[in-house]
Amino acid sequence: MSLTVEAFPGLRQRTAPRRGIRHLAVRFARNRLALLGFAVFCAIVLVAVMAPWVAPFPPAKTDFTAYLEPPGPRHLLGTDELGRDVFSRVIFGSRASLEAGLIAVGLAIGAGVPLGLVAGFYRGPLDDVLMRLTDAMLSFPQLILALAVAAVLGPGLAKAMIAIAVVLMPIFMRLMRAQVLTEREREYVDAARALGAADRRIIWRHLLPNSLAPIVVQGSLNVATAIITEATLSFLGLGTQPPTPSWGSMLNAAQQYLTQAPWLSFWPGVAIAVAVFSVNVAGDGIREIWDPRTR
Amino acid sequence: MTRFLARRLLQMIPVLFFVSVIIFTLINLIPGDAARLFLGEEASPDALLALRHELGLDRPLYVQYLRWIVGMARGDFGRSFKDNRPVFTTLMQKLPVTGELTAASLVIAWSLAIPAGILAAWRQRTAADYGVSAAALVGLSIPNFWLGIMLIYLFAVNLHWLPASGFTPFAEAPGRNLRALVMPAAVLGLFSAAVVMRQLRSSMVEVLAADFVRTAKAKGLGDRIVVVRHALRNAVIPVVTVMGIQVGILLGGAVITETIFAVPGLGQLAVNSIYTRDFPMLEGVVMMSALAILVINLAVDVIYSLIDPRIKLAGGRP
Repeated sequence: MSLTVEAFPGLRQRTAPRRGIRHLAVRFARNRLALLGFAVFCAIVLVAVMAPWVAPFPPAKTDFTAYLEPPGPRHLLGTDELGRDVFSRVIFGSRASLEAGLIAVGLAIGAGVPLGLVAGFYRGPLDDVLMRLTDAMLSFPQLILALAVAAVLGPGLAKAMIAIAVVLMPIFMRLMRAQVLTEREREYVDAARALGAADRRIIWRHLLPNSLAPIVVQGSLNVATAIITEATLSFLGLGTQPPTPSWGSMLNAAQQYLTQAPWLSFWPGVAIAVAVFSVNVAGDGIREIWDPRTR
Repeated sequence: MTRFLARRLLQMIPVLFFVSVIIFTLINLIPGDAARLFLGEEASPDALLALRHELGLDRPLYVQYLRWIVGMARGDFGRSFKDNRPVFTTLMQKLPVTGELTAASLVIAWSLAIPAGILAAWRQRTAADYGVSAAALVGLSIPNFWLGIMLIYLFAVNLHWLPASGFTPFAEAPGRNLRALVMPAAVLGLFSAAVVMRQLRSSMVEVLAADFVRTAKAKGLGDRIVVVRHALRNAVIPVVTVMGIQVGILLGGAVITETIFAVPGLGQLAVNSIYTRDFPMLEGVVMMSALAILVINLAVDVIYSLIDPRIKLAGGRP
């Protein structure tokens, strides 16, 4: 990442056009697939927020007269081994996935961006150490690092979010550093300094806002990664714990009923795929409006 | 080339140092007493004390760390808590299994992604392009463990074409070995295919618009030659980068596919060592996977220079 940025500083300078949010929104809306993805994502958020009113049953309500029932009129997507309504659990499961996706990426940005800013602005030994550290973190397979961190922290949704954030953080740090390296050489930084602005003001008021575009693009695409990783950790028993429904842990529990009750293994996976697809498509759209090559 | 390799290998040392520090710190943050894990809950206090001394757990942390890395440098990764066998021996047993799985999924990924990517870029904005691009987006969005479960349901439970799980070494029964690997390799390969295809398509689109492609066409060269000899060769560099990253993703993905399909490789070993709290084993697996990625990144850089002689192997900082 940083290689291209440093090799072609001239190319990078024009990546963040100073255009209004409205102009960007219009460009985004012209991409119908991206708009669809964004709409689907908003719908999922709405369903997650309204879950208690949308779901026909409470997600933890067991019914021993109706366990492992196939999909039917009363239970649209069937019931699980404890007679819980799969449809309601899929609806409530969206909460864990969205929380993980949004909060984990938020944490990663919140930690990575300031570190990247400071490293890129001051350079020197601090930068060297931080960069070697990110090199090291990026040389783990993402999922294996997430698993190791989750194993240290123990099971639970909040801990899974931290594990995901730890894995994603170096990406944002490097990206921010690379941005700052080119931005800090530009005239407006000299101008601010000539006006007597302190380092702190230059970093937070000038460099940060001018370097954010690629962070937004990367962040939107990483929400998809975070959702999949949360589901994977929960599937392995390290993420969301029962009885809280999450798509990953539902799939974990469903595995042993694959022959008797395949619907248990079907719908949570569809839900993950739809959520991730919507984020990917919307993220692609966001990238396109900011990427000069596609303009 | 030799100087470049030497330099890059030297640069690996600080990274490996940080990698080892991260792993060591993580493992030591895990609550619980290693000696008790090793001996079980009913161990006598004397035995615990003796074992702590034997494992060096009564020494300061930096001494423990130094012993650990010095041991690793000599190929001694410690002993498993679970079966007391050397970690290194187990790693070497599992490595070929994951290696075979990774290779098989790369073959699947490339044989799908390269023709599809070329087609989508060459026939840009046609039904073929939209179809291939949409399929890639779907491929990116399907979690691989769910795809694995669905394949098991379809091909093992319903159709009985393939075994749901189990693994036979290639040397014992090549046929059974390959049958067992079809599904896990497909699960891993389809995801990679989507990533590689998207990268190839976008860099091909860029290259196909370049002047030299127009010149080649103007000379009267056929489409096939222009696409393969002129465009593909120039488009492939970013794709190689992505392929390098893919190997890391495949190693991570192996964790979940090996668990689902009961393939006894490094991925399954990682998950099992977390479940059984076998920390020396976990340290070994994580260290090994990081090392694999570093070596592959180096290999990718060497491949660049073979594809594109303009790239000089100066070995500048990444």
